[in-house]
Parts: sequence; C-alpha cells; structure tokens
Amino acid sequence: MAQEQQTEHVGLARVLGPAHVWALGVGIVLVGEYMGWNFAVGKGGAYAALIACWFAGILYSCVAMIDSEVTSTVAAAGGQYTQAKHIVGPLMAFNVGLYLVFAYTMLEAANAITVGFLVDTVATMSGHSGVLDQRPFIILAIMFLAWLNYRGVLATLTFNLVITAIAFSAVIILFLATSGIFTTSPLQHAELMSGPASLPYGWLGILAAMHFGLWYYLGIEGTTQAAEEVRSPARSLPFGTLAGVMTLAIAATLTWYVCSGLMPWEYLGQAGVPLFDAARLSGSTFLMVLLGIGTLFATLASANGCINDASRAWFAMGRDRYLPGWFGAVHPRYRTPYRAIIFLVPIALIFALGAPIDQVITFSILSGLLGYTFMPLNIILFRRKWPLDSIKRGYEHPFHPVPAFVLLALCGTTFFAVFLGYGTQLVAMIAFYIVVSLWFHFWRYRFVNRGAQFTMPWPKPRGY
Amino acid sequence: MDLWNYLEYAAWAASALFGLFIVIDWIKTDSQYSEEFLTSSREGELEALTEEQHHRG
Repeated sequence: MAQEQQTEHVGLARVLGPAHVWALGVGIVLVGEYMGWNFAVGKGGAYAALIACWFAGILYSCVAMIDSEVTSTVAAAGGQYTQAKHIVGPLMAFNVGLYLVFAYTMLEAANAITVGFLVDTVATMSGHSGVLDQRPFIILAIMFLAWLNYRGVLATLTFNLVITAIAFSAVIILFLATSGIFTTSPLQHAELMSGPASLPYGWLGILAAMHFGLWYYLGIEGTTQAAEEVRSPARSLPFGTLAGVMTLAIAATLTWYVCSGLMPWEYLGQAGVPLFDAARLSGSTFLMVLLGIGTLFATLASANGCINDASRAWFAMGRDRYLPGWFGAVHPRYRTPYRAIIFLVPIALIFALGAPIDQVITFSILSGLLGYTFMPLNIILFRRKWPLDSIKRGYEHPFHPVPAFVLLALCGTTFFAVFLGYGTQLVAMIAFYIVVSLWFHFWRYRFVNRGAQFTMPWPKPRGY
Repeated sequence: MDLWNYLEYAAWAASALFGLFIVIDWIKTDSQYSEEFLTSSREGELEALTEEQHHRG
C-alpha cells in the first residue's frame, strides 16, 4: 500500500503523440486493404469497387472531420461514447458504447481467425503435409496482443506504428514495382475491364459494392479512443485522424489499381488475400515475401488496435457506472484499463474459435455503421448547443452542416446495401440493441453516476 | 512430426505463458491495492493530477 499513500489517484498515462494516433487508426484499418475490400469487386465489378472506394472515402472524411472537431474538446477515453454522453444523453451513450465494443471485439476475432488462416497457408506453401491445427495460432495472437495491451499503451502503439508502417510501405513498393515506372508493367487494365467486365451488374452493382466499400476505411474513427492518453489531444487527434484518412485513401486506390490490373474481376471478387495474390502474379519472390509479411503485420496491427479501443470504451462505461464500476479500474503500474482488457479476452476467443468469419465481420460492420449514423446527429446538436464562440475547439470542420448530411445520406445508402445481402442479420442486430436499451432504461440507469459523469469544463448549453 | 507440429505446441505453450502472466499479475494487483484506489480514475482529472504531482516535485 506504499504507493497508494503517495498517490491518491491512478489514471491512464498521457504518453502518446500524433504518430501513435495515426498508427492506431491506420493500423486497425489497413488489413481491409490486404483483404475484404475485394468482395466489393464481386458485387459489381472493378469500376464499382473503385466508385465504392471513393464514396466510402467521402463518408469517412466526414467521419474524421466530425470526430476531430468533437474529440478535440472531449479529451477522454471512450471516444464517441463520451461524446454521446456529453452531447446527446445517457441512452445514446450506452448504445454507442456497445456499438464500439462489439465492432472492435468482432474485428479482433476476425483478425485472429485470419492469422490462423495465414499460418496455415504458409505451412502448406512450405510443404507441410497433413492438417495444421489453426487454434493455437489464433489463441496466441489474441493472448500476445492482450498481454502487450495489459503492459502499457506506449509499447502497444509503438509496436503498431512499426508494423503498420511496414505494411503500408509494402503496398507502396508493390505499386512502384508493377506500375511501369521502373520496368515494363504487367498490369492489363484495358483487357481486364472492357466490355461486359466494366460494370457487370450495372448501377445496382455499385450500390451493392458499398457494403464492402466500407472495408477500405472501417475503424479509422478508433483514433478518438486515445484521447485520454495523448499528450496534446487538441493537436494530436485531428492531425493523426485526418492524416490517417489520407493514408488510407492513397493505400486503397493503389491497392485497387494494382489488383484490378492483374486479376479478372470474377477471380478478384472472391480472393482471400488479394494483395498477396497480386504479388505472386507479379512473378517476384521478393514482392511475394514482402506482401506476405505485410498481410500478417496488417492483421496483427488491426487486432492490436481493436483490443486497445474496445477496452477503453468498456473501461469508460465502467467508470461512469453504465456497467459495473469494477471495470473502471486502472493498473497502478502499467496505467492501463487492465480489467476491461482481461474481460474482453474470452469474448474475443469465443467468437474467434466458434463463429464463422463472415458472420463475425458482418456484426462488426453493422455495429460500426450504427455508430456512424449517430455522428451527424452528434455534430448537429454539438454546434447547436455549443456554437463556435462558446467553446474553444482544437479543430473546426468546414462547411457545416454539409458533412453531417452527406454522412447521413451515405449511411442510409449503405444500410440499404447491407440489407440487400444481410437483411436478417441487420434486423436481428437492431432487435438486440432495442432489448439492451430497454434493460438500460428500466434497470441499469439507476446505478449511473449521473452528476460525476459530466466533467468537461463547458458552459451551459445554449437554450438551457 | 515436422517443424509445424512443433510450432503448434510452441504456440499453445506461449499462449499459456501470456495468459498466466496476466492472471497472476491481476490477482497480485487486486490484492495489493484497495478497490477505491484502483477505481479512482475520473474523467478530466488527469490534468489536475499532473499539476498536483508537479507541485509536489
């Protein structure tokens, strides 16, 4: 109890800079460039995937701008949960907190499944005979990253920075090696994308491609979870988030360009690891190894960032008693939300070992999409209750309310696209959130720290 | 038995080690510190804490 006598409080450590914020956001998402985005090609052809990529880019630019403005004033763990708590109300905050935890925990499980698949692929390529048991590698990925997160946020996100930078560099190197700048290009866009192959399902195909178009950027909004651990939130969060969206827009476009120039849309639309396949088709062993390492690193970076973000959201909800206060504990030595990290490990393991990957991914996308739908409402209320002259913002997003309405329209379009392919899951998930909302309203809300949860030194909202 | 079978066993063992570290440290931490102290983090209090520690030197 010696340390306790010296320090009355223990909190998360403010040790991160803008590069860590970038690594958190891009690290979670970059795996989407290595796999997953290409199912958009299967839905509507290569051009449809490119249009979906850029429409999703607009959607996420709106998300990043809105998030950057609000988070630069709400420097607390929990990200959008904390924003909803201060701006909209407790029921919205509870729901947004759950969207975040489910979106990130499901994505972590999907990444761990992918690690198992990658190890199996390498084993087969190296001549292993018989069936490899993927489970120990899936469990190892989750346990190692949970341990890293448990031990401290600086090491966790520095690790993410290194492996994300390597994975991003691999995409750039693949593009430079195949684009024809240095040698003859193997890309054949004209042959692969002409005639019926240009838009095989017409405009409906573009709409359907939007479902997987999100995959290029899904998770960039997770940068806000670092708000309580960055040294300068007002500067680092907008900088890291906006730089992250730009990085992803570049990586997504280059990925599409290389892959669509090497593979016919019928194959690309079903490929498991399209960037790795593109490297193999280039005929270079160096590129094949590099993109293989890039795929593994991108997957680990994503799972690592997901553990970081899901645990911060769960911790913040525990601290405000939206969940049992036991989860609001901070490790006195490592300064991490250690109980939230531990609690989410078995949940991730259950989904990684027991659920099919497409269901896990769909649950993650839908939870993320519900979170994006909340953001336009959030920024409109924020600007109305606290106009620009009432609170100093670290970043003010331009053209308000245009980004909010664009985001709302794109969310509506994407909900329709998801409904076309996964209508049952969409309805089931909305039913789930309605049931837990009723539980929160009629039971859990009585335990919430109603006064103590509003901590930002803001003036009274206009009109109150 | 080839290299990959040994790697499977190594992955099981490493997973167990990481899990053990977490669980042992969790039990040790919870028994060493009071619950009030462990859950003393408050949103927005970090700046105040930093200032306080800075003044104490």
